[in-house]
Amino acid sequence: MATVATTPEARARIDRLERIWTQRPGLIGWLTTTDHKRIGLMYLFTASAFFLVGGIEALLIRTQLAAPERHVLSPGAYDQVFTMHGITMIFLFVIPVSTGAFGNYLLPLMIGSRDMAFPRMNALSFWVFVASGLFIYTGMAVGQGPDAGWFDYVPLASKQFSPGEGIDFYALGLIFATISTTAAAVNFIVTIFKLRAPGMSLNRMPLFCYAFLAVSGAIVFALPALTVALVLLELDRRLGFHFYDVAQGGDPLLWQHLFWIFGHPEVYIIILPAFGIATSIIPTFTRRKMVAFPLVALAEILVAFIGFGVWAHHMFAVGLPTIITISFAAASLVIVIPSAIQLFAWMTTIVTGTPRFKTPLLWIVGFIVFFIIGGLSGIMFAAIPFDQQLTDSYFVVAHFHFVIFGAAVFPLLGGLYYWFPKVTGRMYDERWGQASFWVTFAGTFATFFPMHILGLLGMPRRDYTYHPGLGWAALNLLETLGSYLLSGGLLLVLATLVIALRRGPPAGSDPWGGDTLEWSISSPPPAYNFAVIPKVTSAYAMWDAADREEDARKLDRGELVLDHGHETPASTVLDADYDEVLTMASGSWAPLLLALALAGVFAMLLLGHVITAVSFLVLGALVLFSWHVHEPQAS
Amino acid sequence: MLLGAVAIGGCGAQSTLDTHSRPAREIADLWWWMLAAAVVVLLGAIALLAVGWRQRHHAGLIGLGRLERHTTGLVVTFGILVPLIVVTAVFAIANFSVASVTNAPAVGSTSMTIDVTGHQWFWEVRYPGRGVVTANEIHIPVGTRINAVLRTADVIHSFWVPSLNRKADMIPGYPNRILLYADKPGVYRGQCAEFCGIEHANMATTVIAESAARFKAWLAHNAQPAASPVTPQQRAGLRVFEASSCASCHTIAGTPAHGEIGPDLTHVGGRTTLAALTIPNTPAQMRDWILHPQRIKPGNRMPDLALTAPDADALVAYLESLR
Repeated sequence: MATVATTPEARARIDRLERIWTQRPGLIGWLTTTDHKRIGLMYLFTASAFFLVGGIEALLIRTQLAAPERHVLSPGAYDQVFTMHGITMIFLFVIPVSTGAFGNYLLPLMIGSRDMAFPRMNALSFWVFVASGLFIYTGMAVGQGPDAGWFDYVPLASKQFSPGEGIDFYALGLIFATISTTAAAVNFIVTIFKLRAPGMSLNRMPLFCYAFLAVSGAIVFALPALTVALVLLELDRRLGFHFYDVAQGGDPLLWQHLFWIFGHPEVYIIILPAFGIATSIIPTFTRRKMVAFPLVALAEILVAFIGFGVWAHHMFAVGLPTIITISFAAASLVIVIPSAIQLFAWMTTIVTGTPRFKTPLLWIVGFIVFFIIGGLSGIMFAAIPFDQQLTDSYFVVAHFHFVIFGAAVFPLLGGLYYWFPKVTGRMYDERWGQASFWVTFAGTFATFFPMHILGLLGMPRRDYTYHPGLGWAALNLLETLGSYLLSGGLLLVLATLVIALRRGPPAGSDPWGGDTLEWSISSPPPAYNFAVIPKVTSAYAMWDAADREEDARKLDRGELVLDHGHETPASTVLDADYDEVLTMASGSWAPLLLALALAGVFAMLLLGHVITAVSFLVLGALVLFSWHVHEPQAS
Repeated sequence: MLLGAVAIGGCGAQSTLDTHSRPAREIADLWWWMLAAAVVVLLGAIALLAVGWRQRHHAGLIGLGRLERHTTGLVVTFGILVPLIVVTAVFAIANFSVASVTNAPAVGSTSMTIDVTGHQWFWEVRYPGRGVVTANEIHIPVGTRINAVLRTADVIHSFWVPSLNRKADMIPGYPNRILLYADKPGVYRGQCAEFCGIEHANMATTVIAESAARFKAWLAHNAQPAASPVTPQQRAGLRVFEASSCASCHTIAGTPAHGEIGPDLTHVGGRTTLAALTIPNTPAQMRDWILHPQRIKPGNRMPDLALTAPDADALVAYLESLR
C-alpha cells in the first residue's frame, strides 16, 4: 500500500519532497542524474545493448560450428568473436546488469533509503562502465579486437605472438572497467552498512541485500588481482618488461595465478546477485518466509569468501605439484556446501509453501534446475583426473554456460518480470510471460546440454572448425538450432515487456503481495522513494501490516519525513539505530565529465601519447574539484 | 591413405569414453560413477519440485508440516550432511585412487622416453638417443609404458589424446610429463586443448601404437638420413627445396636443410597426414598444400611461395619419395 496523503499538511509535505527531489528535465536530467533508479535504468538499457551484441557474437559462433568446415567467419575473425563474446557477457553484461541495474535500482528501496550512499560516485560508475565498454569495442570496430580468449593467456597475449593492438584494447579497457565495478562495490557496502531504515538490524536485512553485500566484498578484493595482472601485461607489451617472459626470468604462470585469483571469485560475483533475486522471488510467490534464513545468509557470505580459495582448479592441467592441486580440489568441494544449503533452502521453501507458479517463479525453478546441472558438473571438475581429461573441452563450456547463463541469467530474467510492475507501473501478460520462459528454457537446454557429450567425445573449445567424421556434426547442429530457439525466447521476453510497457494494465503498488519495502511505495516509485522513512521490525517488512500503517500515520504527524533538504537518514551498522540525517549530493555534470576525462587518459595511453594522457588526468582532477563544490539545497 | 582418412577423423576416434589404456579407463569409470550419482541428485531435486507443484495448494510437507525445526532439519540434512558424504567420496576416489594412475609416471617406471614439443601449429616428436625426429604422428610400441616429456617452442599448448590419457599443458619453462600407453595396436587421435592462436583448430596429432617388431623397424628406418633422390624429377625437387625458402624453415637430414621453424621432413613421405592432420598425405594434396598453404590452413607459418607448376610437381615427387 503506497503512502497516500490524507490531510492538507501531509499533502504539503509530499509536495515539498517532490520539489526537493525533482530531476532536471529532459536529456540533461539523465546526463546529470544521481538518482539511483535512473542510474539503474541506464545500466539496464546499456548492459542490454551489450547483451544483444554478445548474443549476436554467440549466434555467429554457433552458425560457424553448425556443420564441419564452414566458413561464416575467417579463423581470425572467429577468434575475435569468441573472445569478445566472453568479455562482453562477463564484464559488460552480467555484472553491470546484476549489480548496476538490479542492485542500484532495488537495494536502496529494499533498505528504505532515498539513494545510494555516494550518489555522484554511483553516476561515475555508470559513465565509466559505458566508456570502458565502448573503448573495448573500438578495438573490434577498427579490426583490432582482442583475440586471445577472455582469459588471455601469456605468452600468446605477449607482444611477440600478438603484435597488434587488440590485447592493449583488452588490457587498458578492463583496467578502465574495474574502476567502475570497484566504485560501485564500495558504494554498495557503505549503503548496506549505513543507510538501512531504522530498525533494520543486520538480522532483519533482506537476503537480497546479503547477496549484494557478499558480491561487493568479493569485488573489492578480487578485482585488484586482475588490475595488477593487466598492468604487468601492459608493462611487458609496451615498455619491454619481462614479468611473464620465461626467457628473461619471468613466469607465464604468474599471469594464470593472478588472473584466476580474480577469475574464480568472479564466478561467484556473477552468480550471487542471482541468488539474491531468487531469495526475493521465492518468499513472495510461496507466501512463506525463507526456510533457514540465518543459514542462507551465512551461506551467501561463505560462498563469496571460500570463492577466493579455489582459483588453481582452473589450472589442474598445468602440472602444479600434487599437494597444491589436492588442496585446491578440497576447497572446491567445500564450496559445494554453502551452495547446497541455499539450493535446499529454496526448494524446501517452495515445497512447504503454497507456491503460485507465475512467470517470475518459473524462471527461478528453471534457475534451480540449471544450477543443479551446472553445479553437479562443477563437482566433477574437482575430481582432478576428470578435470584434466575434460577441461578446455566442450564439457567445460557446457558447465559454465549452465552456471553463467542458466543459473545467473535466468533469475535476472525472472527479476525483470518480478519488478517490471514496480518500475513501470504496468503489468505484463502472464500467458506471454510463461511462454517466453518455456521457449527460453527449451532453447537453453538444447544449446548447452549437448556440449557435455561433445566434450566427452573429445571436442576442444575455441576451435573455429572441426573435421567431419569425428562424430561431432549432429550435436553441433542441434546446439546451433537450440541457440536460435534460445534467441527466439529472449525476443519473446523483450516483446512481452515492450507490449506491456505500452498497453499493460496498471499494476498498483504491490501486485504480488511482496515481502520487502519496495512494494510499499507507488509504481513507478517517486523520486524521493519514501515519503516517510519506514521503521522496520522484521526481515519481511511488507508483511508487517501494522508497521506500514504506522508509517502512513507518521506522514500526517510529520515524523521521519525529512523534507528540509535532499536528505536520507543514516543508521548504525549492526542494529540500524537512527543515527543522523545525511544531506545527499544532487545532480551534477561532474561524474560524466570525469568519466570522459578518464576515457581520454586510457585512449591516449593506448595511442602512446603519455603527455596528453597526463593532461587528461589533470583535467579529471579539475572535474573532481568541481564535484566537491557544495550546491545550494532546495528547501 | 586409408590410415590417413581414419587419422583425420574416424568416428569416435577422439573420444574420452573409447578408452585404450588404464588411465583413460579409470577416468571414464570415474565419469560413469559420478554421472550415476549426479542423475540421482538431479532426479531427486526434480521430484521434490514436482511435489511442490502437486502440493501447491497445501502448506507444509506431507507428514511433516511446516515446523521450522523440521524444514531447517531438511536443509541441514540435504544441504550439509549428504553433500559432505558425497563430496568426500568423490575426493578420496578421484584424487587419490584414480590420480595415482593418471599422474605423471614415477621415475624409472617407464621403459622409453619421447619428447613432444608443441609449435604453432604442429607437434615436433623426438626419440632421444635414437636420432629420430618426426612430426604429428607419434609411433609407440603397444603395451609399453612410455614417458612423454611435453614442452613448447612458443605459446602454451596442451597435449591431449583422450583415448589414452588425460591432457597436460605445454608451458614455457615448465616441462610436463605424462604416461603414454596403449593396450592394443591402433591409431588414437588427439588435439591441442589450450587455445594457441589462429590455427588452434588444426593442431591435431595421432598416436600410432604398433607391435614391438613393427615399431622397432619404424624406428630403425626413421633413424636413417633422407633417401637420395633417384629420378630426374626427384632431383629437380631437391634443387627446388634448396633454392627456394623451404630449407630455411625445414630440416631434411642428409641435406644442407636445417631450418627449425616447420616440421622435420626427413621422412615426410612416410607420414599419413600433412599440416598436423589438416589433410591426408597424397601427392595431389601435398601439391595443393605447397602451392596454397594459406588457403588450406589460413594464418599458419608457411608462406605462399609462388612456385611454378613444374617446380611444385618436382617438389612433390621428391618429398613423397622421402619414405
